Amino acid sequence: MDIFLQQLINGLVLGSVYALVALGYTMVYGILELINFAHGEITMIGAMVALAVIGALTLAAPGAPGVLLLGAGLAVAIPVCVALGLVIERVAYRPLRHAPRLAPLITAIGVSIVLQNVAMMIWGKQYIPFPGILPQGRHEILGATVSDVQVAILVLAVIIMLMLILVVQKTRLGRAMRATAQSRQVASLMGVDVNRVIAATFAIGSALAAVAGVMVSAYYGLAHYYMGFLLGLKAFSAAVLGGIGNLGGAMLGGLLLGLIESFGAGYIGDLTGGFLGSNYQDVFAFFVLIAVLVFRPSGLLGARGAERA
Amino acid sequence: MSALLAVNQLSVAYGGIQAVRELNLTVASGEMVCLIGANGAGKTTTLKALSGLLAPRSGSVHFDGQPIARLPPHEIARRGLALVPEGRGMFPRMSVAENLMMGAYARNDRAAIARDLDQVYALLPRLTERRAQLAGLLSGGEQQMLALGRAMMARPRLLLLDEPSMGLAPLMVQAVFDIIRKIAADGVAVLLIEQNAHLALKTCSRGYVLENGVVAASGAAADLAADPAVRQAYLGE
Repeated sequence: MDIFLQQLINGLVLGSVYALVALGYTMVYGILELINFAHGEITMIGAMVALAVIGALTLAAPGAPGVLLLGAGLAVAIPVCVALGLVIERVAYRPLRHAPRLAPLITAIGVSIVLQNVAMMIWGKQYIPFPGILPQGRHEILGATVSDVQVAILVLAVIIMLMLILVVQKTRLGRAMRATAQSRQVASLMGVDVNRVIAATFAIGSALAAVAGVMVSAYYGLAHYYMGFLLGLKAFSAAVLGGIGNLGGAMLGGLLLGLIESFGAGYIGDLTGGFLGSNYQDVFAFFVLIAVLVFRPSGLLGARGAERA
Repeated sequence: MSALLAVNQLSVAYGGIQAVRELNLTVASGEMVCLIGANGAGKTTTLKALSGLLAPRSGSVHFDGQPIARLPPHEIARRGLALVPEGRGMFPRMSVAENLMMGAYARNDRAAIARDLDQVYALLPRLTERRAQLAGLLSGGEQQMLALGRAMMARPRLLLLDEPSMGLAPLMVQAVFDIIRKIAADGVAVLLIEQNAHLALKTCSRGYVLENGVVAASGAAADLAADPAVRQAYLGE
């Protein structure tokens, strides 16, 4: 029972991070029908910038409280990622708004490769350890162990997602975002500056990515110029799993993917009689993803044809 | 002459085709004007150009004395020109109430918006019952009413209507046109596009006949309705 509970906790924590990143993919897709493949790299830049800030501050002010350092890291990483997202939209996507759909996909992949290489030039190829500034507390719950970092990630992710729902459902900007997603042309006829709404969408998605990037590096204790690739791929898969374009779907898909991966890691050895080890967790997760999509091509909460009309 | 809308030598290309050529048209404050013509005559292209959805190739458009021909659609909408597009332009996954509030998106006078919302519901009682329903689930007639109500929420001075009768049963067409007349009676100018020329000329005081992107005839609606050529081509005689 304790293994089950442990994997459940690990899966929820990991899944909540996937969900934050998946939201960025799904919001952009919902409005532009564009897969922003550079989104994973934005999480990486978020982690790298935060680590650089934390590292510099640790040297400048030794003994400063860890939470304060982390907050400073986020306070720099979020605006950097927001600016980056805005620039990418303006330079790589907006000029191609009326181009065939493959064109912005190619620029997205191009931007992603550029960001990886820029990060490699700045921070090198080596793994960068997350400094030991965070509380290392561990708590026993019914035989499972939960760390302070895990609790913080889960709580913060849930708060952010609730705030996002509130913004999208209740505010003027949120209404404009939903209207633009349903019909860009009609939204503009209502007086919505569609370009600004699209920019705002990229900004929000990038802010979530920055936070998620810091969470991942805190969780695994390291950051790396290539970390955005697999994280982005998984989060994108989570968005597709939940039904791309659907906010609730991205949250559900993210949590499910985290759980599948975690339970896969926990049980895959037993299931295959030791033939496959827990390092096959990603294979297992993507196998489940494929199986779900075969039966529900539009994802778990994806819009059916009629509703999209 | 101080027309609310003054279109001068407007030419618009659409999909590589010169869809509208050197169009001249005016709408005075509070006036009801119709633009009739066959399918493909350039009616919808004209309205799209006036509302900023298509960029004109040449010519000018003045609204309230200000040039608007090259402004983006949201700027034109904010100046008081509202287009109810062909096919009604619903936000299908938003409720009726949210669609109406989108009409008032560019305004921030909360109290006045609330009053206008009450007025729209009073004008369109069918929407009151369905205010929480998704717009995509309404009937065609209800959607047309919602589109009109949503346009009214912007407090426009000129309403552009693209085929409001399209796809509606005769009784519903009557209901929709009753609403259009009520809106006009409140002083909102209307530029109406219709394939149903009979209904359009009966509703409006002035009309333009568009043929292959060119104005073929214009004048008082009664005169156009009496014109033998118009009668033969558009009134089925």
